[in-house]
Amino acid sequence: MASDVQHAPTPPRVVFYNNPKIRAFFYQLVLLAVVLWFGYEFALNAKANLEAQKIASGFDFLDTTAGFGVNQSLITYNETDTYRRVFFVGLLNTLLVAGIGIVLATIVGFVIGIARLSPNWLLARLAGGYVELIRNLPLLFQILFWYLAVLGTLPGPRQSLSIFGEIFINNRGIIVPRPIFGAGTELVLAAFLLAILASLGLRSWAIRRQSRTGEQFPLLWTALGMTIGAPFVVLLALGFPIGFEQPQLRGFNFVGGVRLLPEFVALLIALTTYTAAFIAEVVRAGILAVSRGQTEAALALGLRRGLTLRLIVLPQALRVIVPPLTNQYLNLTKNSSLAVAIGYPDLFAVFAGTTLNQTGQAIEIIAITMAVYLVISLVTSGLMNWYNAHIRVAER
Amino acid sequence: MAVDAQPCYVRRALAEPEPPPTASSGAFGLIQQRLFDGVLNSALTIISLVVIAAIAWPTVKFLLVDAVWQGSSRVDCLPETVKREVGACWPFIAAKFRQFMYGFYPQDQQWRVNLTYALGMLLLVPLLIPRIPYKGLNAILFFGVFPVAGFFLLVGGVLGLEHVETRVWGGLLVTLVISFTGIVGSLPLGILLALGRRSDLPIVRTLCIVFIEFWRGVPLITVLFFATYMLPLFLPGNWRIDGLLRVLIGVVLFAAAYMAEVVRGGLQAIPRGQYEGAMALGLGYWRMMGFVILPQALKFVIPGIVNSFIALFKDTTLVLIVAIFDLLGQLRAAFADPNWATPVTLFTGFAFAGMVYFLVSFGMSRYALFTERRLNTGRPN
Repeated sequence: MASDVQHAPTPPRVVFYNNPKIRAFFYQLVLLAVVLWFGYEFALNAKANLEAQKIASGFDFLDTTAGFGVNQSLITYNETDTYRRVFFVGLLNTLLVAGIGIVLATIVGFVIGIARLSPNWLLARLAGGYVELIRNLPLLFQILFWYLAVLGTLPGPRQSLSIFGEIFINNRGIIVPRPIFGAGTELVLAAFLLAILASLGLRSWAIRRQSRTGEQFPLLWTALGMTIGAPFVVLLALGFPIGFEQPQLRGFNFVGGVRLLPEFVALLIALTTYTAAFIAEVVRAGILAVSRGQTEAALALGLRRGLTLRLIVLPQALRVIVPPLTNQYLNLTKNSSLAVAIGYPDLFAVFAGTTLNQTGQAIEIIAITMAVYLVISLVTSGLMNWYNAHIRVAER
Repeated sequence: MAVDAQPCYVRRALAEPEPPPTASSGAFGLIQQRLFDGVLNSALTIISLVVIAAIAWPTVKFLLVDAVWQGSSRVDCLPETVKREVGACWPFIAAKFRQFMYGFYPQDQQWRVNLTYALGMLLLVPLLIPRIPYKGLNAILFFGVFPVAGFFLLVGGVLGLEHVETRVWGGLLVTLVISFTGIVGSLPLGILLALGRRSDLPIVRTLCIVFIEFWRGVPLITVLFFATYMLPLFLPGNWRIDGLLRVLIGVVLFAAAYMAEVVRGGLQAIPRGQYEGAMALGLGYWRMMGFVILPQALKFVIPGIVNSFIALFKDTTLVLIVAIFDLLGQLRAAFADPNWATPVTLFTGFAFAGMVYFLVSFGMSRYALFTERRLNTGRPN
């Protein structure tokens, strides 16, 4: 019978151009060809344009003398240094403002975020108002506001506002005492590091003892006492080698102390308050993501409020908070490039700003600048992915 | 058996009533529970009150009580002339209002800008109200026809309209043109990139990932510099691109990368069954995406899309760094006018621009919240 005949499964007969695999291959080839052709055209045009405009190409310019001054630099720099040096001066300034900004924004953001969840109605509203106001105004607007309207209208050096006669605020910046490290500072630092190491050891001992016997140890207070006490004792023993150089008003300006540029202060305030508003939202969302049942169960077990927050709620909330928090840190770092609008010498201002103007080598300079931010972003998100995999709840 | 033992206890008088529990309803009860429940809470309330008073009163005093409302030059806003403390100098805003709104767009052609705004409003408002029908047609008109009409209206050069160079555009006009172009351009490009990133084709996927991660990894200001200084070098020497157009290209590419990630979130939220169902019905890739997946995914991410629009709107201020004078740029330019240089000019200008930016961004974020709640009806919480 015909129905008994078993046919070997023949592949369905389709014309080759209807075969999905061949089609996919063809489309991708076309796309790749288009992209490569664009790249080739761009390169050709760039070469022709550069020759027509007599702009040099290549990275030789990095070794030529910059010839312009930078008003804040963490490494020694003067006008005879090269553009390569300028690059590092700018990079360090970017990292400085981003680093301090991240620390301050985290503190302010956590305080505001927790305040938004406060049972106190007025406090919650106040924090909510802060977040809404700051988040809905452009960052550049806020930077210009702090720089032009607030810091720009401060009185001159002779009428400086002073805080306890130690810190002076005027339209040329904020002048703070300069710490002077005498001989023996290393010992104080060493005592501090030793105390931290000892605290870590103490912690592991206390945990082991608690899991063995159930006895608790006042770890936090001991650790705090050691890390503050040990350096202080060394300081006393050496007769205070660390002192401060006070700023003095001489004529029309201050001598001594450290002067924080108004550009730096304005940028820092704006970045901190702006990012803090976003961090507050992240923190709030993270705490709300921990279900109420967790808190109730912890209270039912007899844990006190503080312990509930520390042992039950925060560890679970942090899992939600950390990824978007890192995103905010990245945003802050990228946003610090707005410094160019007020003249703080960050990477973008001195490199893509002044250096680009002087050399005209747009392609190389913008590529380097973009690459720096790109590397910071990619490294951070790489670390983030690693961390996420590390803290993921082990599910069955 | 004689029962002489006294009963344990017999109450002869009524017990004193227990004090009522603290009221947890009513105005007084709520105030007590939410604001003065314990020492810490009371302290927080008092601190909050002090902070609010310290901010609110000077603000009101500056903006309204001490403000100068009439005048024609800086002299009218000086304390010496007014003989009292001077708050906001509103005549400064009045004098510069045209510049803030239109830049240096020719005054006799200003109706074209107003007409464009009116057209946009007419199409946008029904699009935002869920109850009004014909959403498809409305969307095509707003996202497809309006940009073309707006372009010819603003640029001119056709139908007897005078050509207006983009160099003289400025103020809120530029802010809105850049945000709108960014939105309209980035949405389709972002959807394509998101589809590409989730595609099975390895080369397409890699190219999309590289594109998205590149633009998301660099600050917008470097993108604007790239568009302004680098892009002209990449194009044939005889092509001259308009300064505003360069910035628009940069903004669209940048916004598209962010949009792609928002859309990708929506695509990931669609269960596999939807894809499989569509394929089982015999739909090809584009029909499956166009008829089944994207309508659900996009609806899902409307709040995210609106949020990236808010970010884009705020980011348009950065164009002032590449010498295109949007609202903030015009504000900064107006500060330099010696005719209006007073101690309060800066604060007045920032107060005005701040209100404009705040109203638009806050309005959009409220709308995002509203759609989020509306779309959430099927779900608990």
